[in-house]
Amino acid sequence: MRHTIVGRYLAVSLVTLLIVAGCAKSSGGTAAPATAGPSAGGAAPTEQASSGASAGAATCTGSGDKGTVQLMINQWVGAEANVAVAQCLLQQMGYKVTTNTLAEEVAWQGFSTGEVDVILENWGHPDLEKKYITDGKQATDVGPNGVTGIIGWYVPAWMVEKYPDITDWNNLNKYADLFKTSESGNKGQFLGADPTFVQYDEALISNLGLDYKVIFSGSEAATITAFQQADKNKTPLIGYFYDPQWLLNEVKLDQVKLPPYTPGCDADLKKVACDYPPYVLNKIARTAWLDKGGDAVTFVKNFSWTNADQNEVADYVTNGNMTAEEAAKKWLDAHPDVWKAWLPKS
Amino acid sequence: MTTVRARLAVPTVAATPRRALVLGLALAAVVAFLLFRGQWTLPHDDDYFLFRILNGVRDTVEANRTVLEPVRAGVAGLVGLFDDLLASLGWPGVIAAATAIGLIFGGVRVALLALVGFAILGSLGLWESSMAVLAMMLVAVLLALGIGLPLGIIAGRSERVSAALSPVLDFMQIMPTLAYLTPITLLFLIGVAPSVIATLIFAVPAAIRITALGIRGVPAETVEAARSLGATEMQVLTKVLLPLSRRPVGLAINQTIMLALSMVVITSLIGAPGLGRNLQNALSKVDVGASFDAGIAIVILAILLDRLTNAAGEWLDPRERAARHGPRWVTIGAALVLVVVGLAIPFVVNATVFPDTFAVSFREPVNALVDWFTSTFHAITIGIKDVATTLVLNPMESVLTTAPWWLVVGSITTLAWYVSGRRAAIVVATCFALIIGLGLWEHSMATLANVVLGTLLTLGIGLVVGILSARHDRFRSFLRPVLDAAQTLPAFVYLIPALALFNPTRFTAIVAAIIYALPPVIRLVDVGIRSVSETVVEAATASGATQRQLLWKVQLPMSRHALLLAANQGIVMVLSMVVIGALVGAGALGYDVITGFAQGTDFGKGLAAGIAIVLLGILLDRITQAAGARRQAGMETAG
Repeated sequence: MRHTIVGRYLAVSLVTLLIVAGCAKSSGGTAAPATAGPSAGGAAPTEQASSGASAGAATCTGSGDKGTVQLMINQWVGAEANVAVAQCLLQQMGYKVTTNTLAEEVAWQGFSTGEVDVILENWGHPDLEKKYITDGKQATDVGPNGVTGIIGWYVPAWMVEKYPDITDWNNLNKYADLFKTSESGNKGQFLGADPTFVQYDEALISNLGLDYKVIFSGSEAATITAFQQADKNKTPLIGYFYDPQWLLNEVKLDQVKLPPYTPGCDADLKKVACDYPPYVLNKIARTAWLDKGGDAVTFVKNFSWTNADQNEVADYVTNGNMTAEEAAKKWLDAHPDVWKAWLPKS
Repeated sequence: MTTVRARLAVPTVAATPRRALVLGLALAAVVAFLLFRGQWTLPHDDDYFLFRILNGVRDTVEANRTVLEPVRAGVAGLVGLFDDLLASLGWPGVIAAATAIGLIFGGVRVALLALVGFAILGSLGLWESSMAVLAMMLVAVLLALGIGLPLGIIAGRSERVSAALSPVLDFMQIMPTLAYLTPITLLFLIGVAPSVIATLIFAVPAAIRITALGIRGVPAETVEAARSLGATEMQVLTKVLLPLSRRPVGLAINQTIMLALSMVVITSLIGAPGLGRNLQNALSKVDVGASFDAGIAIVILAILLDRLTNAAGEWLDPRERAARHGPRWVTIGAALVLVVVGLAIPFVVNATVFPDTFAVSFREPVNALVDWFTSTFHAITIGIKDVATTLVLNPMESVLTTAPWWLVVGSITTLAWYVSGRRAAIVVATCFALIIGLGLWEHSMATLANVVLGTLLTLGIGLVVGILSARHDRFRSFLRPVLDAAQTLPAFVYLIPALALFNPTRFTAIVAAIIYALPPVIRLVDVGIRSVSETVVEAATASGATQRQLLWKVQLPMSRHALLLAANQGIVMVLSMVVIGALVGAGALGYDVITGFAQGTDFGKGLAAGIAIVLLGILLDRITQAAGARRQAGMETAG
């Protein structure tokens, strides 16, 4: 009895040792056995020794310790693309970068706690701007990030082929029957957005006299899945969507023209009867962090790219099966002219 | 004697007039509905005054939040400590330590499980995320036990404390998890600290309840005996009560850990690091495969922690320990060797990053499977959704929302009175009054319709599968791991396939709720039928009952109490999915909670909606719970 149990323990220990040996062989074969900590920044580069930010984009690591930058990632892939590229370059410049994925409202709170330094892509939010920028002085607007956000009403492209005049809002009542679902009763269904996004579709529908009912998808994932299915199964769907968004590289959607936006037409959200304004997306930074100054601050102020740039990186991540870091590297390799301009001149 | 006879007389003599009365009332309700339909409704108003008042409260709290800063800093510091501990051990150290713990408490099998389980976490590429979850969870569990065990001991010894605590615990358990993230971010902002506090609040009721149950389970004679021998109160506690309730306390620890794990994933919404964030990222890319990897990691963590704490709980029992074979020094020696080896590895290899030599991922196959499944069954599932929605859900919702409010309140209160007695009716009426006061009548009625359909479907499926499982051992052993996984897999993993099959609709939310609520219902039905005594079953079979007669005339009636408990649990669990359901198109109260969390201007509405969900929960719970108790009492007096 006793012998078998001792034998079992021996077996367990042996297995452990074997696994350990396997690991040692695989990752430790050539590395120096001395260091174990995360400090070994110099172990990774294989192609070239990167010294400072001026080096190529082949790796996202750098030397030096200039401090930590806390970047906030919004919950959409475009925002992940912003952060991946900025993170790679900041690390080359010698910063340590931590990231945090948060809902927008929650992210702004991070400015008051010091847990968020930079939001690289902000979509409007006048209430939050008032609270944290104008009143609280905890955050500062550091200018546009170059991307223009277009919110609007979208239908799958196959519908436009079949019903060419559907892209004019005046004709929507004619097609309301197409969009009827189990949820909307005898009206057409309009798929409303993730509750965290800027939206006033219910007011628009009632003020434009449309025979539709807003059914809220409840999340971005639900909206995306709904449009994917509408494209695949050729089922009618109209709903709230936006560009830039990675889905637009996979599924073609067309925008429905609403009465054009004029400044101030959205002043009273109960009477609004015009399209969403184009959003000049901006960067917001924590005031105390800006006051510290340094290369990272200059970099964040300079950071600016286009919808196409962002969609390219987002597409690599979503449809190209790459990690955010790989996608960022690929884009950085292809567009040095864009990102070289963001680096502080020294 | 007379009282017993009177009680016995009630059902037989009064049954006919009472039934007539109920029929008459039902008829009157239908007539009233037809007459007053569309009048006295309480339409939803986003600008209800109470919502604005709550917004004002929020602003005041925000201005004075600094008071709570020490709590925030303290909790965050504690998590940092555990983070550092796990990081300094590195992956070899953590694996070795877990294996050693498994070896000492549970033996070779548990040790192997720990070894393999933790290694899989690493090879899924989720080591860092898993450790982040582990650190937060350890802190939450330590705090929950620090608060829960003493409170549980006090509640177990004093009826009065127990009675006072009970409604508070009810509230904490029924309040949907997402709903209290809002007040918590208000008090503690975002990050690790509020996440741990939210987890703690979610897990502590179980710790208190189970501990109290254990203490109360100690026979009164034993305590009396100890007292009469001159034991002080302290001695009674430490020498009698605690040692005798070791197993329940072990269970309390185990349950606290399980609950904490399911909550810690959701707290990624307020900035918690770890596996929850992996899930969230996968969700935003509609990448089911990636979310499956993260989900599997959570299931593995749950299994590991469950087995390790179970083993530790059994080890605490001296009888159990004595029954073990093998000398202790071998165990301890082997454990020591393991730890030393584990700690030595970092000197040979990089211990911070798990080597990707053993990388596995279910991402590709899962995505392929989901694609095939959804495109194959899409047409059928959409049909099911349409039928269920137009035939059941829409009519029910329309009746509840267009009927005059007093008719709905009156009918359901009367129903509660009929099935569960006066006390239940009073509770139900109070809950309704509060819901009306909260200004959320219409949304509450829409949610109620969803919950009722979800519960009915859950019970229907649960009953069928539970009966099958009770009658076929092989089916049961096949079912067990499936149920285990369904219970620990976070809902986020199966939301996307459900969306692809049913589109964003209320029915999708109902499907998600069914998946979540089915396992406990099936288990309760199975246990209920199996616990019908052998002799009764044999007697029935001997007297010539067919299998069908045996089931309908003997097994089901005799397990009625378990079935009612299953119904009750089903309702509570379906209700707890209301908010998650809103993420896939359920709307109503759940959507209000999410908007309240997401948009500053809707804070008040969100908070009120969270409370309304709790009120609905209490209401449904009281009707079914009291019905169970009443039937049981009736059967006992009758028998």
